[in-house]
Amino acid sequence: MIAPADVVMNLRTQTHATRSVDGPRGAAASAAPHRPTRGTDIRLYHRWAAWGFLAPITIYLIAFYAYPLYRNVDLSLRHYTVRSFVYGDAEFIGLDNYRTVLADPTFLPALGHTVVFTVVSLALQFSIGMALAVFFAQHFRLSVALRALFLVPWLLPLIVSASTWSWMLNSESGIVNAALSLLGAEPLNWLTSPEWSLASVTIANVWIGVPFNLVVLYSGLQAIDPALHEAAMLDGATSWQRFWRITFPLLRPVSAITLLLGLVYTLKVFDIIWIMTKGGPVDSSTTFATWSYRLGFGNPLPAFGPGAAVGNLLILAAVLFGLAYIRAQRRQHP
Amino acid sequence: MTTKTTWWKTAVALAATAVMLFPVYWMLTVSFTADRRMRKTPPDWFPIHGTLDGYRAVFDQQLPYLATSLVVGLGTVALTLAIAAPAGYALAKLHPRGGGVLSFLLLVAQMIPGIIMAMGYYAFLLNVGMLNTLPGLIVADSTIAVPFGVLIYTAFVRGVPDELIQAAVVDGAGTVRTFWSVVMPVSRNATVTVSLFAFLWAWSDFIFASTLDSGGRQRPITLGIYHYIGNNNQEWNAIMATAVVASVPATFLLIIAQRYVATGVTAGAVKD
Repeated sequence: MIAPADVVMNLRTQTHATRSVDGPRGAAASAAPHRPTRGTDIRLYHRWAAWGFLAPITIYLIAFYAYPLYRNVDLSLRHYTVRSFVYGDAEFIGLDNYRTVLADPTFLPALGHTVVFTVVSLALQFSIGMALAVFFAQHFRLSVALRALFLVPWLLPLIVSASTWSWMLNSESGIVNAALSLLGAEPLNWLTSPEWSLASVTIANVWIGVPFNLVVLYSGLQAIDPALHEAAMLDGATSWQRFWRITFPLLRPVSAITLLLGLVYTLKVFDIIWIMTKGGPVDSSTTFATWSYRLGFGNPLPAFGPGAAVGNLLILAAVLFGLAYIRAQRRQHP
Repeated sequence: MTTKTTWWKTAVALAATAVMLFPVYWMLTVSFTADRRMRKTPPDWFPIHGTLDGYRAVFDQQLPYLATSLVVGLGTVALTLAIAAPAGYALAKLHPRGGGVLSFLLLVAQMIPGIIMAMGYYAFLLNVGMLNTLPGLIVADSTIAVPFGVLIYTAFVRGVPDELIQAAVVDGAGTVRTFWSVVMPVSRNATVTVSLFAFLWAWSDFIFASTLDSGGRQRPITLGIYHYIGNNNQEWNAIMATAVVASVPATFLLIIAQRYVATGVTAGAVKD
C-alpha cells in the first residue's frame, strides 16, 4: 500500500516542481526579484486555500470510508452478538472469526463460485463487448442510435434486471423454457437446481456488463488511426488479419483497464445473485459477497464477526487488483 | 462501402439489439399481462389481452416508496456535489501538497465492495442512532458517487483555461469567489454528469437500502420491489409494472442526457 502511494506522490511533486519553474511563478520571480516575500505568501495562501477546499472530502473520507472500514476490521476481530453490538462490550478474539470462516464447509464452494463467476463473466462480457465495438465502429445506418440502446441494461437498476431475469428463467412459466421447448429441448430448472443456478446468475451478469465493455472499447477504437487500416488493406490484409494484427495490439492498454475495472466490479456483485437465487439452492451460487451478506444480515441470528471476516477477505482481493489497475494505467500514460 | 453492405450491417445490428433488449421487452409485456394468463404454457409473446392491473397496484401501493427514492436521490446529489466540486477544483488548479495521495485514496475507495461498507455503516449508524433513517441512507448512497464525482470534476476543471481564473484573480476575486462565480458556471457539464449518475446510483441502490433501512418507516423503491417478490409471488404483473416505473430515471438519462452518460462511462477508464 505504501510504496505505490509514494510513487504517486513523487510523480506529482516532480511535475509540480517542473511546472513552477516553467510556469507563471518562475516568470514572476524573475520579473520582480525585489519582492520575493510576496510570492511566498501567495504560494502559502494557495496551499491553505487548497486544503480549505479539500477539507470536506478529507473529513468525508475519514468519517465515511476509513471509520466504517475500521469498524469492519474491528467486527471481524471480536465476538459480536446483537446485544454486544448495542453495548459495545464484545470480547476480543483475535483471528478466530477468520479461522471459523476458513474451516466453514461453505468456504471452498464460495471461493470456487467466486472464481468461476468472475472469470466466465469477464471472458464473455469482454469478448461480446469487443465484437460489438468493432462491429459498431464501422458506421452504418442507425449505428449511433442502436449503440445507444445497448446501454439500457447497464443503466437499469439491478433489482429491475434481476427480477426480470428471475421471471424469464422461471421453471414453469418462464419465457426461456418456453423457447427451449419450441426448439424441442427439455426445460431446465434454471434457478432451482444446483447444476444451473450459477450459470443463470452469470448469464444475467454478462447481460448487464456487456454495455460497459462495448462503450469503453468503442471509445478506445476511436483513438486508432484509420490510416493504419487503410495501409493494411492496400497490402491485401483480410479484416480478420487486420483485427488481430492492428486493432487488438493497439487496444491492449484499453483492454487491460476494461478487464481490471470489470474484475473489480464483478467481485462486488451481490444484488443480482441475492435477488435471483439468494446464493442457493444449497450454496450452489454462493460467492464471497453473498456469503458475507448472509452471515451478517440474512439470518435471524446475525453472525457479524464471520460476515465481516469474509468481507475483509473480499476487500483484500479487490485492493490487490486495484493496485494492478493503477500499474496498468500508469503504463498507459507514462 | 456500398449501400448494399451497409444495409446488411444495419440488419445484423437490429437483430443484435433485439436480442439484447428482449428482457426489457419482456418486462413491459409481463407488466401488461393479466394474472390468469400469467402461468399459461406457452406464455403470450405479445400483451394481446393487456390489463392495467399491474400499474393500478403500483399507484395504490408503491407511491410512498417512489417518493422516498426521489428524496434519497436528490439528497445524495446535493451531498455529492457539495463534497466533490470543491475537491475537484482544488486538485485540478490549486496544486495542494498531498493531492496525489488523496487521488490515490479516492481510486482505492471506488474498489471497496458495497457489502463491506454496509457492514461498517450498520455498526456505525446503529451506535449514533441513525439506522433506518433517510439521512443515514443518503450518506451511505453518496459514497457510491463521491469518488466518481471528484474524478469528473478534476478532469473537467483541469480543462478550464488558467487565463480565465487569473482574470478573476486580477479583478480582485478571492479563491472562494473564483470557484463559485467562475469555475462552477463553466463546469456546468461536469455538474450535470455527476448529478445524473449520483441520482441514478442512489435510486438503484439495493444493498445499502436492504441493510441500513429495511426496518425504516420510509423505504426506497428497490425495497418495494424486493418485498413484492417475497410477499406475493403470484402478481408478476404488479412486480414488473413497478420495475417499469423504477426504470424511468434510467430511460430519462438515455433519451435526454445521452452525451453525459457516455462521458460518465468512459471517464474512469479512458483519458483523451
